[in-house]
Amino acid sequence: MRIHWLGTARHFLQVVAFCCVVAVLTTSIWPRHSYWTQLGHALAIGLIIWSVIEFGRLLVPARYCHPSSAGGHGWPKGWRGIVLTLVGIGTGFLVGDPLGAWLMGTGGYRSARDDQIGLVITIVAGSVASFYFHMRGRAAALEASRAAAQRDTTEARLMLLQSQLEPHMLFNTLATLRALIAVDPPRAEAMLDRMVDFLRATLSASRAPLHPLSAEFDRLRDYLELMSVRMGPRLAYALHLPPDLADAPIPPLLLQPLVENAVHHGLEPHVTGGRIDVRARRLPDGRIQLEVADTGAGHDPGAPARAGHGFGLAQVRERLATRYGGAATLELRAMDQGGTSATIELPLESP
Amino acid sequence: MTRALIAEDEPLLADALQQELARAWPGLQIAARVGDGLSAVREALALAPEVLFFDIRMPGQSGLEAAAELADAWPEGTPFPALVFLTAYDQYAVQAFEAQAVDYLLKPLQRGRLEKTVARVQALLAARGSGAQPVNEATLAQLRQLLASASGAGTPGIAAPAAAPLRFIQAGSGGRIDMVPVDEVLVFEAADKYVRVLTAGREHLVRTPLRELLAQLDTQQFWQIHRGTLVRASAIASVVRSESGKQSVLLHGRPEAFAVSRLYAAQFRAM
Repeated sequence: MRIHWLGTARHFLQVVAFCCVVAVLTTSIWPRHSYWTQLGHALAIGLIIWSVIEFGRLLVPARYCHPSSAGGHGWPKGWRGIVLTLVGIGTGFLVGDPLGAWLMGTGGYRSARDDQIGLVITIVAGSVASFYFHMRGRAAALEASRAAAQRDTTEARLMLLQSQLEPHMLFNTLATLRALIAVDPPRAEAMLDRMVDFLRATLSASRAPLHPLSAEFDRLRDYLELMSVRMGPRLAYALHLPPDLADAPIPPLLLQPLVENAVHHGLEPHVTGGRIDVRARRLPDGRIQLEVADTGAGHDPGAPARAGHGFGLAQVRERLATRYGGAATLELRAMDQGGTSATIELPLESP
Repeated sequence: MTRALIAEDEPLLADALQQELARAWPGLQIAARVGDGLSAVREALALAPEVLFFDIRMPGQSGLEAAAELADAWPEGTPFPALVFLTAYDQYAVQAFEAQAVDYLLKPLQRGRLEKTVARVQALLAARGSGAQPVNEATLAQLRQLLASASGAGTPGIAAPAAAPLRFIQAGSGGRIDMVPVDEVLVFEAADKYVRVLTAGREHLVRTPLRELLAQLDTQQFWQIHRGTLVRASAIASVVRSESGKQSVLLHGRPEAFAVSRLYAAQFRAM
């Protein structure tokens, strides 16, 4: 339970200002006391209501409150907010009113009608002020959650880029390129071309929502070709794309994390390496199935997901959900002969 | 003649390193080249070269793990080789190691930087007398630190939630889950795919890797005595040294002895 003193002080001043207005009203009803006396009386009631509500809400567990922008307790949600307001107003009237009368000497004779008017003013003023603070609190909470969402999106985009431009991959590829320049310039040139295509595709992937499956497979070929220059005979791969699916549109670099996982977790840990197969297929119901299979270490469903692995898959799932809702699936299974197969099924959109 | 071992899984990069070394250190003989962390340990023990170039990311086991295993298994009487790690990305805060016992090269290799490393290794080998310790403490300390940062770092860019201290070990056995209070655990010991969790009277198996458990345990309470062993500090009865110089720990409440690796032996010096 933390108190944000700056926010509290701001609320305090707003209550004082509100009491100044209420005192104008009461002075017009009961002209026999001066404005300053009435203000004192109004402040006694108003500040007691405010204290009960301001500090009372800290007793409500945070999960029942709107979040505040400072990360603290906001206004309590639902009936808790109403009860707190009623308790505040009740305390204000029962304690604040006599206290104000005693302090300011506004006691003495009061008719039953005066009492009723006083009660009505307390309730109306208390409710109006509470409602005001409630709305302000809700607006602040909305603003806070909007800002958080914005931050999440930016962070997600950065993480996507960072995962695609994995520094180990980048610098190892550059190191290989540097080594090749001396011994095999034509091969170095070919590798550099692939690298340029790969980098260009990675950097522009977030811009276009869809590209044809043939382009996707070209990018996978760039990546696998770069990796196979580095890994030599430890990496074998094949891409299978039926010609009639070449133009089918899919989100750019959707398969990239799956292929990276296959290289990274399937093949790289193995001294002898392995093989990767990427296949596109049309299913009988007209949807597309995309499969990335490796012959490597295998996905151990009981083992906790490795950080990189988990992030790549989560990212693919999220992109599928954003684009296709529940109509697309990603499934991961360990194959009997060892290795992992990741399968995506998605609806075929017209190009 | 000075001999070196190169452990690098990418053949082109191993070629490049060998060529650059031939230029920067003509007197250096490459005794062997290997492509994985297991062969690296085997060949280093068999050939006992003076210099080791270890890539950090290798199949089998990482260069760091290979070096740690080597530091442990290195025979008495032979000075430990000068260690140079290679990596493509400095996630282990390379700057911190620039002037220290273990050297560190970034890929792509740059000629000037390699020459510096060569000069440093040559100076190190020249200055090295026949000390009593096979592996000096500075090297061990640095290896410990590298291993700790490698296991704790996780994936850069993904903020790992601060792990709450573990209070129970949930050990599955058949259809049952045993809740073992961490306060009762005496030893965590890595065994193949599992971690053995030993209490005074019982033994459980969990699948969570040791380094993940380590991140959630109080290191004041559990001391690492080996790459694969954590023991409860307050349960340690004594540390004994065998004739061959190997240390092991005896615990209150367990009959067996637990080997202390050279890497973690420094914490058991007599006061």
